Amino acid sequence: MQLTGAEILIRCLQEEKVEYVFGYPGGSVLYIYDELFKQDKFKHILVRHEQAAVHAADAYSRSSNKIGVCIVTSGPGVTNAVTGIATAHMDSSPMVIISGQVPTHYIGQDAFQECDTVGITRPCVKHNFLVKDVRDLAVTLKKAFYIAKTGRPGPVLVDIPKDITNQKCEFEYPKTISMRSYNPVVKGHSGQIKKAVQLLLEAKRPVIYTGGGVILSDAAERLIQLAQGLGFPVTNTLMGLGGYPATDKQFVGMLGMHGTYEANMAMQHCDVLLAIGARFDDRVIGNPVHFGEVARKIIHIDIDPSSISKRVKVDVPIVGNLPDVLDELQKLLDASTGNPDAKALAQWWKQIDEWRGKKSLKYKQGKELIMPQYVVEKLYEVTGGDAFVTSDVGQHQMWAAQYYKFDKPRRWINSGGLGTMGVGLPYAMGVRFANPKATVACITGEASIQMNIQELSTAKQFRLPIKIINLNNRYLGMVRQWQQMFHGNRYSESYVDALPDFVKLAESYGHVGMRIERPADVEPALREAFTKHKNDLVFMDFLTDQTANVYPMVAAGKGLSEMILAEEL
Amino acid sequence: MRHIISILIENEAGALSRVSGLFSARAFNIESLTVAPTEDASLSRMTIVSTGSDDVIEQITKQLNKLIDVVKVVDLSEAAHIERELMLVKVRATGKDREEMKRIADIFRGRIIDVTDSSYVIELTGNGAKLDAFLDAIDRTLILETVRTGVSGIGRGDRILKV
Ligand SMILES: Cc1ncc(C[n+]2csc(CCOP(=O)(O)OP(=O)(O)O)c2C)c(N)n1
Repeated sequence: MQLTGAEILIRCLQEEKVEYVFGYPGGSVLYIYDELFKQDKFKHILVRHEQAAVHAADAYSRSSNKIGVCIVTSGPGVTNAVTGIATAHMDSSPMVIISGQVPTHYIGQDAFQECDTVGITRPCVKHNFLVKDVRDLAVTLKKAFYIAKTGRPGPVLVDIPKDITNQKCEFEYPKTISMRSYNPVVKGHSGQIKKAVQLLLEAKRPVIYTGGGVILSDAAERLIQLAQGLGFPVTNTLMGLGGYPATDKQFVGMLGMHGTYEANMAMQHCDVLLAIGARFDDRVIGNPVHFGEVARKIIHIDIDPSSISKRVKVDVPIVGNLPDVLDELQKLLDASTGNPDAKALAQWWKQIDEWRGKKSLKYKQGKELIMPQYVVEKLYEVTGGDAFVTSDVGQHQMWAAQYYKFDKPRRWINSGGLGTMGVGLPYAMGVRFANPKATVACITGEASIQMNIQELSTAKQFRLPIKIINLNNRYLGMVRQWQQMFHGNRYSESYVDALPDFVKLAESYGHVGMRIERPADVEPALREAFTKHKNDLVFMDFLTDQTANVYPMVAAGKGLSEMILAEEL
Repeated sequence: MRHIISILIENEAGALSRVSGLFSARAFNIESLTVAPTEDASLSRMTIVSTGSDDVIEQITKQLNKLIDVVKVVDLSEAAHIERELMLVKVRATGKDREEMKRIADIFRGRIIDVTDSSYVIELTGNGAKLDAFLDAIDRTLILETVRTGVSGIGRGDRILKV
């Protein structure tokens, strides 16, 4: 049977078992929206800004390992979406973005709402396509889903001119796809894995350092088995939190710019480093020269060869899909007659416990001002550590990462790579769609939340009982902190003036608003929000200590062992 | 170090911009880039000349391989290879310069492929150094126009880049 391009698109999405499409209509996607209207296999979630559609679809992926899909119109629809796409790209989140385009015969003529979508998005997608013939549409969509989720995942955009959505052809959705130019590796090189086993068994001061790759590839269980079998300390990057249970005794905390003292010291001073699905980012290892001053052997497992030996030279590179490689590694370890050096390990743990003794996350909660850290700790308690937590970007993001102890993967959703303010609320929406029964909290700041505040309306329309934890310090806190530390206390444009009354604002959207000003009220308010208002969106505006800073800290350009600790100030 | 990187890439619209965009986005250096379809019209072959440390070249090849449309990448300079570049030079050729220009072109095994009563177009192939040497050998003030294709390269003997 002959179908139109729009019908084909809908059928392809159904074939991919898509449950939700996040989007916003416009001229070039009208045929598509017309077909959407006629079907009920998946739901369309109308956001209030295209950026939020992409973030929501992104979080839908991150929190579930399904693929988030969004649809935007040509021109401004696409340009609004770009921040979301770049955010997903930096964190390797698999998604498919469908964009409308002006009709093929208008392309290049500066037509109304025309933009070079493929050109604008090229540097921030895993791949993109412009469909110029309706007969290519189905296979292109098949490729898009395949590319998005295989190898190192990422966003794939399919740009569809309006005339294509109204032209007809036979529809057949390919069952499989093979591309001569794209064949991601799965298995790791067995010789290299053998070398890795050797190094691990010889290690005196080992560290396992894992990143977002463990979450993305669902390798957490294997990581736990491996780490616990070896008895080695584990640290996670910001993107890797939840990959190893934070409450386990082998967990030494997050590492990096705002990592714990023990994690950074262990990372710096280890003799064998097993890096899994992490990329030695500048926020993680600090100054690479300083990091390189200590001799250590590095084993690096990653699906993306270009992540290996990019910032730090690696001794044993292993390219492959993490679960496959970890299985193989485990098998060889189990079969090996050797054991980790128990005596050396005990010594190493003694050293680590000494570092732990610094209690680098310590802070003081007085009677007057609410400390932001305290709110996160109470949130952890009140939710039993079992919430999905999204955050925006800034100090509150770091406190969320430091004080909410994530025991499971895909529970912590934030923008680590691009650091995009405004993701928090749309992320929470996407999480809730992917996990319809989950408790979802969005830890944010009064500045970040305003970058996508319009989504309170979407949240109302779809009855999403998100709990917004607004750590309101009346400052672009992270900016203020850097200005205080590195720019002579000159708080240039970092005061957030003319704030709205968030309680009234939430109420005007039909939600519950709360303002919490005293430490003693923090816990009761949280309990009320999560019990009495379980089914409501609650906007909790916590007025927090304006002077609070995030510690410990490795200043930009410094080495991991050159941390600034709160107590030293 | 100077490297010659050969790429087989799907002959799709925008393929060139994916490669050139990668180089500019990651601040890799391009000395020259040539591209044309191969005997299989669905594939294009590119030759890129770049300079960089071993680490940088390693990143370049890895990043190129990561592009979805790229089928194969080879660093030709890792082994014996041939590189060639074509240059067309339009020179003023009047009076005594006319004879001299022809003589130098002959020495460099260039060919005169267009003649007017005041100019020649000389065609020359060779590696970059040979073309440079030719330009150095002739009187600079007589050069009206030059155009160079950039380097194409191929491995010697059994080294074959094919799908
Ligand atoms: C879109 C965007 N613009 C600017 C920045 C730079 N930036 C990083 S943190 C920050 C301040 C965030 O303030 P707020 O949301 O109140 O959080 P706080 O740091 O106070 O917890 C800014 C402006 C950014 N990350 N994203």
